[in-house]
Amino acid sequence: MNDHVIIQLEHITKRFAADHNILDDLCLDIHENEFITLLGPSGCGKTTTLRIIGGFETPNEGRVLFDGKDITSLPPYKRELNTVFQKYALFPHLNVEENIAFGLKIKGKSRDYIRDKIRYALKLVNMDGLEKRMPDQLSGGQQQRIAIARAIVNEPKVLLLDEPLGALDLKLRQDMQYELIRLKNELGITFVYVTHDQEEALTMSDTVVVMNQGYIQQMGTPEMIYNEPENAFVADFVGDSNIMDGLFIHDELVEIFGAKFPCVDKGFGVNKPVDVVIRPEDIDLLKPGEGSIDGVVTHIIFKGVHYEMEVTTPNGYEWLVHSTDMFPVGTKVSIHVDPFDIQIMNKPQSEDEEALGVDE
Amino acid sequence: MKKLKHMLGNAYLALVFVFLYAPIVTLIVYSFNEGRGRKWQGFSGRWYEELFHSAQIGDAVSNTLTIALLSALIATVIGVISCLGLQALRGKARNVYLALNNIPLLNSDLVTGLSLMLAFIAVGVTFGYSTVLLAHISFNVPYVIMNVMPRLRQMNQSTYEAALDLGARPVQAFFKVLVPEIMPGVISGFLMAFTMSLDDFIITHFTKGPGINTISTLIYSEIRRGIKPSMNALSTIMFISAIILLVLTNISPKGSKTEVKYI
Amino acid sequence: MNKRKLLSLPYLIWMIGFTVIPLLMILWYGFQGKNGGFTLEHILAIGRPEHLGPLLVSLLLSVICTVVCLLIAYPLALILRKAGLKRSSFVIFIFILPMWMNFLLRTYAWLNLLDDGGLVYVFLQKLGYKGNIVGTYGAILLGMVYNYLPFMVLPLYNAMTKIDDNTLNAARDLGANERQVNFRVIMPLTFPGIVSGVTMVFVPSLTTFVVSDLLGGRKIFLIGNIIEQEFSTASNWNLGAGLSFVLMIFILLSMAVLNHYDTLGEEDDG
Repeated sequence: MNDHVIIQLEHITKRFAADHNILDDLCLDIHENEFITLLGPSGCGKTTTLRIIGGFETPNEGRVLFDGKDITSLPPYKRELNTVFQKYALFPHLNVEENIAFGLKIKGKSRDYIRDKIRYALKLVNMDGLEKRMPDQLSGGQQQRIAIARAIVNEPKVLLLDEPLGALDLKLRQDMQYELIRLKNELGITFVYVTHDQEEALTMSDTVVVMNQGYIQQMGTPEMIYNEPENAFVADFVGDSNIMDGLFIHDELVEIFGAKFPCVDKGFGVNKPVDVVIRPEDIDLLKPGEGSIDGVVTHIIFKGVHYEMEVTTPNGYEWLVHSTDMFPVGTKVSIHVDPFDIQIMNKPQSEDEEALGVDE
Repeated sequence: MKKLKHMLGNAYLALVFVFLYAPIVTLIVYSFNEGRGRKWQGFSGRWYEELFHSAQIGDAVSNTLTIALLSALIATVIGVISCLGLQALRGKARNVYLALNNIPLLNSDLVTGLSLMLAFIAVGVTFGYSTVLLAHISFNVPYVIMNVMPRLRQMNQSTYEAALDLGARPVQAFFKVLVPEIMPGVISGFLMAFTMSLDDFIITHFTKGPGINTISTLIYSEIRRGIKPSMNALSTIMFISAIILLVLTNISPKGSKTEVKYI
Repeated sequence: MNKRKLLSLPYLIWMIGFTVIPLLMILWYGFQGKNGGFTLEHILAIGRPEHLGPLLVSLLLSVICTVVCLLIAYPLALILRKAGLKRSSFVIFIFILPMWMNFLLRTYAWLNLLDDGGLVYVFLQKLGYKGNIVGTYGAILLGMVYNYLPFMVLPLYNAMTKIDDNTLNAARDLGANERQVNFRVIMPLTFPGIVSGVTMVFVPSLTTFVVSDLLGGRKIFLIGNIIEQEFSTASNWNLGAGLSFVLMIFILLSMAVLNHYDTLGEEDDG
């Protein structure tokens, strides 16, 4: 990743119906060599954003700049970027080789050039030897690789990937995540990746853009997104979390359900209602009376790496706790959270802002 | 018990098969009869010989085949184009369009034929080859749409976009990606249209002019006097060539993928 | 993408020219009086005995024909489905093939079997049947069933092959016996096929004039014959158009009834 901005989205607004904006005044800079992921639930506008970059949709307002040039109304076949489509979209009547050669033949490249390119691309995606197969003779994972090979032989400066792993099973998906990172590093080009899977986003990206209802909710490194969610939506969407109503007593002290928790945040005012986010793995369970608030373990599931428990405090709230220690149901415990693991967020000010938040 | 059921099933199939093919077999047999009547007077190829000497039959055959071929071809082109357009239509416009398209399929051939005849008269065209051709195109397009539309809808929308993404212009994407994908539907639509046109009598009957005949109308004109056995000979030839044609297309590897669909 | 809609225009114009306007022409002639004014005379002419008789006979025969076709085709399609033929094209092949033998000749060929001296004639005489077969309602019915049976078999078979085997296994798993599987699962699932089959058989058999011409022995006239004659020999086009209009109403009514049970439109483009 370097500082050169390769794609700029300027105040993009897109609507399919008059009264509903699928994207609302969206601004986004994508840097050269960046692995940027648009993350959000279905209908958040992430795919539309990608299609606008690819040239399959034209925004109602705003501009798309590529290397500083306005490409807003340039058709897809004139854009120097390629797409890996959601369900691969391989051409079913062409074999692997012909699929990969498609773009190069259109551009009128020489046969030798095309042959070398195919060999190189197949090697890159670990698919050499399958040149003559038809798409319907390939597994989902193999089709995925061919779709990627078909796109990258054209040497795009930017590769757009629309939920490319969505149709694969879990194990394959994890393998492909590493493959994609390796590919991106070998090719040294920009990846714009769309997914609704937060784990995928956090694993692969340099930058994660969390979207909801046509707005960017938060943008930053995976660590920032996970550890310092800017609002309740991001906290809820990315990872498991306890999101609670709190009262910001004064700097570095917050009250949750009547119990006082020291924190590190400052500047939220005095006695102001706030949202408090605590990740389940950041909660320590101590003996009763030793922590900030007492409760009873009401539920426990073994998850492999850890136990997932619910601890119910007197007010009835069920705290989600991850721990490698086991506390049987009925155990009386006390909850402790280190100050820097408590994330304080302003409550949404208006209804409009509320709309951006968690929709139940 | 299961075996008995299986046998009963096969017997039933055989019975229906006999019902379908009995008249056809008798027809083929009689085409080799020396005499004109229903009485068997010995094996002969004279009706086949006569067939090739009759200019009237020759004309009818060429009319039938060229009309079937042309109408199926033109209907295929119109059908494919309108399917592409139809795909972009939504809601009410789409429903109205489909309903109009379905009229010739659902309406009686008698009414369709009559209505076309009245319209041709109103416009004042001369009845002949072209009126029959126009009528055949009209009733053939729905068969093409019926076969192509499902293919188009099944198709992954993104493959067309993928072609654009890889640098193909819309026209290139159409011919290199879309056409190959809907080809099986196009072929079965064409074959169906061809068959319907070949077998049509009623609509041709009302839209043809004097002095022009297809095989159907020629046979109809002979009913009162008794149909000449050379017609049996002609039908036998057509039937046999149809079998050969269908077997060939079914054996060839690409042909086996062609699925024929019906309403 | 919106430019694509324009592609639907040429055929729309074609349909207006070759479907809509021709049908309006039937209305135009059907409601046109002697002096060019409006009249219901040709429509009401259906009530005259010489028209009403053939109409009722046609209705009766076409209903029987449809029911017979359904009764033959349904078990047939079931058997074909169970046979689980690898290549369904073979079945279609068998039923499409007769169409390549001319429709008129195919029907005419029955005369060879039904007329005096024909195989079926001799067989029925042996069974004690006296009299001719050609020129009876039975002969016409036979001709109709023979010609239109494929139009019932194909949509039914098509609908049946679409049923997933596991759907039937699920029914069996839930305790349904074969009979119940047939009536409670297969039948409802093939209903769209039944509806299009019924339409495709009922409409042509209601309006045919060829089958009765060939097998009716010039004794039986159906409503199709009456209309055809008004246009060809009698040259009373207004009357012919009026009667056609009435026939169209019957077709529309039957379709409306069928559509009440199922939406044909979906089936047609699906």
